[in-house]
Amino acid sequence: MTAELIHRLHFAFTITFHYLFPQLTMGLALLIVVLKSVALKTGNATWDRAARFWGHIFGINFVFGVVTGIPMEFEFGTNWARFSQVSGGVIGQPLAMEGVFSFFLESAFLGLFLYGEKRISKLAHWFSAVMVFVGSWISGFFIIVTDAWMQHPVAYDRLPNGQFEVLSFWQLLMNPWGLLQYMHNMVGAVVTGSFVMSAVGAFYLLEGRRARYAHIFLKVGVIAGVIASVAIIFPTGDMAGKYVARNQPAAIAAMEGLFHSEAGAGMVLMGQPNEETGEIDNPIVVNDMLSFLVYGTTKAEVKGLDQIPKDQWPTALPLLFYAYHIMAGLGTWFVLLMLVCAFLLWRGKLYTARWALWALLLSFPLPYIANTAGWMTAELGRQPWLIYGLMRTSEGYSNTVSASNGLFTLIGFMGLYTLLGLLFTVLIYREISSGPEGNPEEAQAVHAD
Amino acid sequence: MIGFLWFWLVAVMIVGYVVLDGFDLGVGVLHLFLCRTENDRRTTLASIGPVWDGNEVWLLAAGGTLYFAFPLLYASAFSGFYLPLMMVLWLLILRGISLELRNHIDVGVWRALLDGVFGLASAALIIFYGAALANVLRGVPLQADGYFFLPLWTDWKPGPHPGILDWYTVIGGLVALVALTLHGALWLVVKTSGALADRARRLVNPLCLQLAAITVISLGATIAVRPASLDNYFNYPFTFVVPVGVIASLSGIWFFNRKAQPVRGFLSSCGYLFFMLAGACWGLYPTLLPATTGAERDITLARAISGPHTLAVGLAWWGFGMALAVGYMVFVYSKFRGKVDLASVGH
Repeated sequence: MTAELIHRLHFAFTITFHYLFPQLTMGLALLIVVLKSVALKTGNATWDRAARFWGHIFGINFVFGVVTGIPMEFEFGTNWARFSQVSGGVIGQPLAMEGVFSFFLESAFLGLFLYGEKRISKLAHWFSAVMVFVGSWISGFFIIVTDAWMQHPVAYDRLPNGQFEVLSFWQLLMNPWGLLQYMHNMVGAVVTGSFVMSAVGAFYLLEGRRARYAHIFLKVGVIAGVIASVAIIFPTGDMAGKYVARNQPAAIAAMEGLFHSEAGAGMVLMGQPNEETGEIDNPIVVNDMLSFLVYGTTKAEVKGLDQIPKDQWPTALPLLFYAYHIMAGLGTWFVLLMLVCAFLLWRGKLYTARWALWALLLSFPLPYIANTAGWMTAELGRQPWLIYGLMRTSEGYSNTVSASNGLFTLIGFMGLYTLLGLLFTVLIYREISSGPEGNPEEAQAVHAD
Repeated sequence: MIGFLWFWLVAVMIVGYVVLDGFDLGVGVLHLFLCRTENDRRTTLASIGPVWDGNEVWLLAAGGTLYFAFPLLYASAFSGFYLPLMMVLWLLILRGISLELRNHIDVGVWRALLDGVFGLASAALIIFYGAALANVLRGVPLQADGYFFLPLWTDWKPGPHPGILDWYTVIGGLVALVALTLHGALWLVVKTSGALADRARRLVNPLCLQLAAITVISLGATIAVRPASLDNYFNYPFTFVVPVGVIASLSGIWFFNRKAQPVRGFLSSCGYLFFMLAGACWGLYPTLLPATTGAERDITLARAISGPHTLAVGLAWWGFGMALAVGYMVFVYSKFRGKVDLASVGH
C-alpha cells in the first residue's frame, strides 16, 4: 500500500467515525430547543424531563464528538503536512474560528445546561439550550467553509513561495459552495436527530411503557422528520447537486455513472459502473431524467466522462457511484416513511400502528449511513484533487511519515475506536433503558407532580 | 512587526491552555492519591466537571491559530512529532472518555479502572507536553526543506540527532509534572473543603520546594543545551524581569499557602506558568523551531509567517472572537464559583 493511500484512509476513517457523533448533536440541539421551549411556555414538567433525558444523550454524544474531533485538527498537520504548508493560511482560519467562535460558546453553555439547572432560572436554562444549539451549528458552518474552499477555492492568491493566502474574509465565509452544502448538511443532521428521537419513542411504545414520553418523542421527531426529509431533497439537495454539476462535471458524471455525453441523458437508478468497458452493468434507467434534474429540460446535454481527460476522473469511481446512490435512495425512503408517519400522527393513529413504529425503530441507523454516504460523495467527487483544480491529493500528504508509520497509527485508531464504539453503545443503552425517569430523584419528582 | 504580534498571540493562547487545562490535568494526577472516599472523588471530579472541556478548547484554538499564522511550523512540527502526537491524541481520548464514563457507571471495579485510566492519562499527557516544549527549545534535526521525523529516543543525548526523549526533554517532562500537579493541588484547595482540602494544602509546600529545585535545574540545562537562549535577555536586559517573575510567583505560592489565602496561591501558580512559558518563548524568538543540523536550517518567524493578507484577515476576527471567548469563560467560572457542593451538582 502506498503512503498516499494510507494517509487518505487515516483521515477518512477517523473523520467518518467522528461524524457519527456531531450529526446527532447538531440535529438534537435543535430538537432540545423545541422541547425546552414547549416546557417553558406551558410549564409542563414532563417536557422538561424529556429535554433533560435528551440532554443526557446529547452530553454523551458531545463528549465522544469532542474526543474524536481533536484528532481531526491534528491530522491536517500530522498526515497532510505538505497540504497544510501551502494552504494553512486559508483553511487554518475557519478551523481556528471554529474553536474561537463555536467551541468556547458551546462548552460554556453545555456545562451550564448539564450541570447548572439548579443554579440558574428556567429562562436562563432555556437560553443555555439555545446557545448550545447556536454553538454547534456555528461549528458545522466553519467545517463546511473549510471543506468548501478545498472543493471550490475562492478569494485566494498564491505567494511566490507557493503558499495560498486569503484575500477576503467575507468571500471565504460566503463561498456559494459552502452555503449550499451547509444547508444540505445541517438538514441532514436534523434528519438523524429526528429519526433517533422517533425511534426511541417507537421503542418505548412497542415495549408498552413510558407512553407519555414516547408520545412527545414521536410528535417532535416525526414533525421535524417530515420537514427535514423533504428539505434534504428539495430545495437543499437539488441546489447542491446542480452546483456540483456546473462546477465539478467529472464528479457529477461519475456520481451518475455517465460515461458518454448525452443530450437527454437518462438517470441510472441502479447498476454497477464498469471502468474497463466504460459502461454501466445491468442498469435500470429513467430516460431523460438526468438532463431534466440538472438543467431543467429533458433535452439538455450532460457532459460525460468521455469529455474529461482520464487523469482527472475521480479515482474511486464505483465507490463514488454507490455512495451517491445509497444517499439518494435512502433520502427517498426517509420522505416516504416520514410522510406516512406524519399522516398517521395527524389522524391520531401513529401511537397504535405497530408496523409504523417498527419501521421507525428499524430506520434509525439509516440517516447515519446516508450522511456518511453523502460526505463520501462530496469528498470522492473532489478526487483526484485535494484543492480542486489547484493541488492533487498525491502532492499533499506528509512524505516524512512513511506508509508503515501511518498504518501503525491507523490500526491504533481502529482498535481504540472499536473500544469507544462499544462503550458508547453501553452508555446509550443504559440511558434509553433507564429512561427519562431513570434516577430515583426524577422518579420521586414524578410522584410529586 | 505583525510577525512579532502573531508570535505573542500564539504564545498567549498556549499559556491560556496550560494555565486552564493545566489545573484539571493536575487534578487528574492528584485524585489518585488524595481521595480516600467515594465522596472525595466525586467532589474532586465535580470541581473540574463543568470546565475541563472548555479548557481543552484552548488547545484547539491555539492549534488553529498556529496553523494559519505559521503554516510551515505547523506542518513541519506536527508531521515530525508524528508518533508522540498520535499518543497524545490517544491519551486525550482515553482521558475524556474515562471521565465521562465515570459519571454513568457506578460499579466498584469499573470505577477503579476508570479512575486509574483518568489519572495515568493525565500524568502521561503532562509529561508529554513538558517533553514537547523541551524538544522545541532543544531543536530538531531539520532537513533543508524544513521537515524532519523524530524517533522516540536515540542515545538519550541532545546532540545533532536526538530522539523525542533524552535527558534534557525528560527534565522538561518532570518540570511540567511537578508544576501542574501543584497547580491542581492549589485548585483543589480553592474549590474543596474539609479533610480533602487539608490534604491538598499539605501537599503544596513540599511540591513548591520540589518545583523550585527542578526549575533551577531545568534553566541550567536549557542554557547548557542551547546557549543562544540567553541572547535576547542580554540584548534587552529589562527582560530579566521574567526570571524575577518566576521567583516571585514561586514565593507567592509558598507565602499565600501559609497565609491560607488559596485564591492568591492559585493565581501565583498561574503566574509561574505564565512566566516560565513566556520566558521560554522569549528565549527562542525570532526562531520558532531551532535545527540541530545547523542554524541556517532553523525555522524562523520570517520563514514560517503567513502572507500579509492572511494575517490582516486573521487579525480582523481574532480580537473580537477571543474577547467573546474570555467573556464566556468568565461567565462560566463565575456561575460555578465557590466551593464544590455535591448537593447542587446536576439537576
